[in-house]
Amino acid sequence: MSLKWTKKDLLSLQDLSKEEIELILETAQSFKEVSTRAIKKVPALRGKTVVNLFFEPSTRTRNSFEVAEKRLSADMMNVAIQQSSVKKGESLIDTAKNVEALKVDIVVVRHSASGSPNLLARNLKASVINAGDGSHEHPTQGLLDLYTILEKKGKIKGLNVVIVGDVAHSRVARSNIWGLTKLGANVTIVGPQTLIPSQVEELGVSISNNLEEAIEKADVIEMLRLQKERQEDNLFPTIREYGMLFGLTQEKLNKAKPDVLVMHPGPINRGIEMTSEVADGKNSVILEQVTNGIAVRMAVLYLVSGAQVLENDEQKSAVK
Amino acid sequence: MSKIKQKSLLIKNGHVVNPATGTDEVCDLLILDGKVEKIGKNLTADKVTVLDAKGKVVAPGFIDMHVHLREPGFEYKENIKSGSEAAYKGGITSVCCMPNTQPAIDNAMVVKYIQSIAAEVSPIRIFPIGAITIEQKGEHLSEIGSLNEAGVVAISDDGYPVKNSELMRRAMEYAKMFDLLVIDHCEDPDLAHHGHGVMNEGKTSTILGLKGIPKESETIMVARDIELARLTQSRLHIAHLSTAQSVALVRAAKKEGLPVSCEVAPHHFALTDEALSEFDANYKMNPPLRQQEDIEAILKGLKDGTIDCIATDHAPHAEYEKNVEIAYAPFGVVGLETSVSLGLDQLVHKKVISLSQWVDKMSTQPARLLNLKDLGSLEPGKAGDVTIVDLEKEVVIDENQFASKSKNTPFKGWKLKGAPVATIVAGNVVYQSEDAKEKVSKK
Repeated sequence: MSLKWTKKDLLSLQDLSKEEIELILETAQSFKEVSTRAIKKVPALRGKTVVNLFFEPSTRTRNSFEVAEKRLSADMMNVAIQQSSVKKGESLIDTAKNVEALKVDIVVVRHSASGSPNLLARNLKASVINAGDGSHEHPTQGLLDLYTILEKKGKIKGLNVVIVGDVAHSRVARSNIWGLTKLGANVTIVGPQTLIPSQVEELGVSISNNLEEAIEKADVIEMLRLQKERQEDNLFPTIREYGMLFGLTQEKLNKAKPDVLVMHPGPINRGIEMTSEVADGKNSVILEQVTNGIAVRMAVLYLVSGAQVLENDEQKSAVK
Repeated sequence: MSKIKQKSLLIKNGHVVNPATGTDEVCDLLILDGKVEKIGKNLTADKVTVLDAKGKVVAPGFIDMHVHLREPGFEYKENIKSGSEAAYKGGITSVCCMPNTQPAIDNAMVVKYIQSIAAEVSPIRIFPIGAITIEQKGEHLSEIGSLNEAGVVAISDDGYPVKNSELMRRAMEYAKMFDLLVIDHCEDPDLAHHGHGVMNEGKTSTILGLKGIPKESETIMVARDIELARLTQSRLHIAHLSTAQSVALVRAAKKEGLPVSCEVAPHHFALTDEALSEFDANYKMNPPLRQQEDIEAILKGLKDGTIDCIATDHAPHAEYEKNVEIAYAPFGVVGLETSVSLGLDQLVHKKVISLSQWVDKMSTQPARLLNLKDLGSLEPGKAGDVTIVDLEKEVVIDENQFASKSKNTPFKGWKLKGAPVATIVAGNVVYQSEDAKEKVSKK
């Protein structure tokens, strides 16, 4: 590996070059093996302190980071904060600076407001890893999706990937769009026009409002979770109609390639975005995504902490 | 007692640009007892302070018709004193302050309050703008006649549109009795997500995952207001216009002869929505920064006269209010101390408009729209309000040097060519930049 990781933070996949993404995926590959050992632990982050700062409820992502941190031997701490109390009381910056005063090395942040990790990264010395911010990005989810596709298909370049659902509000979709297009996949986003974000075609993706047509040539179908409250905003008439038009059934899937991958970032609304038959079927790699999430997050934590060491070394040599 | 003193001053050798009379040449300007006495070559006067303006531009005092001074109610962001200081440091001699204070400027008492504070603390002219509706709620008309009598120069519910078209119609008809300008903040609140929209809807909002405010939220209201101007024949002024389509609508209305005018803020001709890429709330304002095609249309509108004037929408906010998740931050940026440099650098030096056109939009036009008959021109008999600018002076915007209490500028670190060097109100030199100070000699 000739490329050296130099970024203090991981805020988005938009920020990363193709080579940086590939470096993370390669690093993840070597960490994946750790989870298959009898003793699932390496000392890579021994003596480092990581805080998982979660302003939004999350089990899946937080558990995955927690396992990744423990398998790297980091000292870790979960801080879950009710968003409502933050809005009324302490500001995000104050909360984060208080956490930093505990001398932590890495802050993993989940927040419902887009750009919160960027705000923290500007204000903190610690490394910031974005664990999902509003409708902006979810870079580690994007990376684990790339990793899963690469593992199953052996390549990403040239694949036809279809992303289905509420793209307008999806951070997973944005990270996937950046990652996939940077690595050369052909991306089509599918959903009702009301959930297709403005000028998204300028990101180099195609748009379709017809799921059956769009999946015909797909190598990968990534289904997004539908937030049921979108119905109240009149973005679609009913959940029933949404499921009818954009839910993935076995019948629709039968028209796709036999080896098409079906992915979902979880948690699944069974019966809305996909039927149980599809979720649990032979094309589904949903649980493998979860497993790969650990390796990818270990890689990110490791690389980011390494960049910190580099930075500190430079500071030291500058002092000398 | 008013802090505006009527003084005498002889400004020598400046390049006098006075669009109202077409004056555009090097000559002298004599102000006696607060009023312009004479413009001409080789003027002399006894016992009068002399200011050498050689190599500088001498213009009628600049009027910023869209400013939030925040007093009463939000003095931690700005007050009349700090806002006045920011204005005169920025070359502004007259400020119109918007009514979204606490309490709102929706009755004569608040107007009188602001005027009395201004008289105590401000050496420049402060003109309150009255609220169209009580508490700017868009429900009941304010006592517009009493506001007019108390001295407001226009009415507006700025910050909010008047959503109810019937009420807007009545406000316009009623204001017409007093020949008051009706200024509207054009926004369809539903399309703008009732204040929860963060930025322009487009490629950048899609990338950032921020709630978008479509351009149509502005243009729908501009179109409605123009229809109401046709119906009522009242004078309508579109505040801080930001989109290409708004420019087109105003252009067509003017062509038809409707009494419609509009202003643009410097940030809307100098920045696009791509500036929000780092989620910095110092780029969050309403209307939001738009796209390159909108800037191009705005520049054309400035050039062909569709856009009457430049106003800053100076909207100070405390640092702790802005350094938060961008969705939670309030709208608005400060502008008083950067407007002149941005206009000179981005419009005059780039040859979008001539120096004289720029002065017209900074002074003559706002005076005309607001019926400020003594201002906006350097003809004999008019007020001796003068802004002197140095076209060549290079500045770097440093918010820590601002007189404003708030530092929320989107132009941090910008290098600009052209700056105000002296601000004169009624013959009284209220501000001079450090490098220009040695130019005054007492006689």
